[in-house]
Amino acid sequence: MAHIELKNITKKFGSHTALTGLNLEIADGEFFVLLGETGAGKTTTLRLIAGLEKPTEGQVFIDGVDVAAWGAAERDVALVLQQYSLYPRYTVRENLEFPLKPKIRRLPDAEIKDRVARAARTLRIEHLLDRKTDRLSGGEMQRVSIGRAIVRKPRVFLMDEPLSALDAKLREALRTELKNLQMQLGATFLFVTHDQIEAMSMGDKVGVLNHGRIVQTGTPQEIYNNPRDTYVASFVGSPPMNLIDGKLVDDRAVMAPMSFELPVTGGARTGSATDGRPLVFGIRPEDVYLEGGAPVEAQVHDVENHGVEKIVTLRVGDTMLRATVPARTAVEIEQPVRFAWNPDKVVMFDKGSGVSLRHAG
Amino acid sequence: MAAVRTSSEVALNRIAIVAVLVATLVFLAPIYWIASTAFKPKELAVSVPPTVLFEPEVTPFVRLFTKRVQMQKTVDPQVYEAAPWWEKRIYDGGERVLKVGKDVQLSQYPDRFMNSLIVAVISTVLAVGMGTFTAYGFSRFKIAGEADLLFFILSTRMLPPVVVAIPMFLMYRAVGLNDSHIGLIILYVAFNLSFSVWLMKGFMDEIPKEYEEAALVDGYTRMQAFFKIVLPEAATGIAATAVFCFITAWNEYAFALIMTNRRAQTAPPFIPSQIGSGLPDWTTIAAGTFLFLLPVAIFTFLLRNHLLRGVTFGAIRK
Repeated sequence: MAHIELKNITKKFGSHTALTGLNLEIADGEFFVLLGETGAGKTTTLRLIAGLEKPTEGQVFIDGVDVAAWGAAERDVALVLQQYSLYPRYTVRENLEFPLKPKIRRLPDAEIKDRVARAARTLRIEHLLDRKTDRLSGGEMQRVSIGRAIVRKPRVFLMDEPLSALDAKLREALRTELKNLQMQLGATFLFVTHDQIEAMSMGDKVGVLNHGRIVQTGTPQEIYNNPRDTYVASFVGSPPMNLIDGKLVDDRAVMAPMSFELPVTGGARTGSATDGRPLVFGIRPEDVYLEGGAPVEAQVHDVENHGVEKIVTLRVGDTMLRATVPARTAVEIEQPVRFAWNPDKVVMFDKGSGVSLRHAG
Repeated sequence: MAAVRTSSEVALNRIAIVAVLVATLVFLAPIYWIASTAFKPKELAVSVPPTVLFEPEVTPFVRLFTKRVQMQKTVDPQVYEAAPWWEKRIYDGGERVLKVGKDVQLSQYPDRFMNSLIVAVISTVLAVGMGTFTAYGFSRFKIAGEADLLFFILSTRMLPPVVVAIPMFLMYRAVGLNDSHIGLIILYVAFNLSFSVWLMKGFMDEIPKEYEEAALVDGYTRMQAFFKIVLPEAATGIAATAVFCFITAWNEYAFALIMTNRRAQTAPPFIPSQIGSGLPDWTTIAAGTFLFLLPVAIFTFLLRNHLLRGVTFGAIRK
């Protein structure tokens, strides 16, 4: 169990800068999810902590100790990768034993046996122990990979998209299992993913990474309800937050192209939103309502039925807006509807910088 | 595919079988020729048309391994009776085996054969070993001027080696490496190293580096990870490279001819030197050639599974 801190990390590969001035803190026993698109620098961050890469600038601390001089072997971290983390020539048992047998921390045989048995039981892979790893399904492989990590009782678990290669059902099942496992072990997890659903459902804390910079760190709720900028707003959430250009006039959002107006109240309002400044208004699809007497008229552009709910795309002039409505709501394409939004939930971003006014203030 | 085959498929299959048979016959004919000549009585070796059916004998091998002289008169019947079976065969040919006291004098063939083995095995081990490490380095680490270095390694193969034979010979003589095992081994390692590095680099690049990184994180040093994880994964490539290096070293003729004459002479220059003047003893030469063929055949046979996978590497890997 450990506390991890990255201070002002910059990592360059030749002329390419992967990470810029990255600061990150992971508390002991926390499930921290690093969320970002492919190429954002997630894997690099993880490899820096594991000791597989050295930062160009900045420091890595594990439990307050600068580990710059420590090799991967000494850092005592466990790594679970999307694939290739199992040795193809070994059986499952041999794979699980492998991390317990290096010279620097070789355990007694009885202890190895005990730990392997315990890990196998925890992950329900006891029946696979004597199988060669190339005879495993994708889900079984990832279970064994996780097993290879937990037998060691490492200071921190580093997971690089461990579920991304699995099919949807399995991914869902393992997501729950992993989260339970982490709570059961009380271990520090750094989980890297591009999947915002994984981030939202598993993380105690989420860090959103964009182009080598941490854009926002917070609980999933903070990230979701109060995105720091338009990037986070559009990256997190499915469907993403609606972002509409407009201006604030007398506590009302006035949308630029079609001039429809909606009120902004309460928590959403902020003093620095100077009237007349170009803004972007953000509203989650679930905070957009279809109601007979609502103030704005729109056309139904598209309907996606998701079973429990429908995602309705509304068109006001050239502006598209999505709303999540109960499945029983009867809507048809090209039907005129009226909508409103929850004025408390509106997030206002500066049009120029993209930064939320709440965060800027 | 369906289990039921159409008649055209059957016909095609038969044609394929015939083609393979014909090809096999064509390729095996020279080998059969050498092998059969090695077991033929002397007088049948050059008969026209070639004798196909004959009673095989091992006398050529006895002649191959012994020193003999032509006898002026016939052998004393008592001596003949007391001689072991193989010596009788020599007497039958009008020759006698040379002896020092009671010990049979061996021909030079076993020594030359041993020289070939020593030089080929050691040079192969060195070339493959060095090639494997070098390839790993090139494959896994950022090396300044990597492309240039790799090209330089390849460029050592661009000149036909015989071009440098004379200067090499003079240099070898100057430093006393001529007619020595170590001299030949150095030469063959130098020939094979570029090949070995390039071939092994291909294999190393195919091994995901995640395997070693997982081992590093698990607490192993890079060296331990290399031996425990990378080397077993590279076994196929190592086997394929070893076979090619071994065959090159085993077959090498030109440098062996120039650089060695006695002590370190290998079989390739030795065997033709036995053709000598006058009527050559083809059966003995065939016996020498046949034995010379065996190590490569055995080595290749032992590594055949690796070789097949090595040649198709990348194609059948998921």
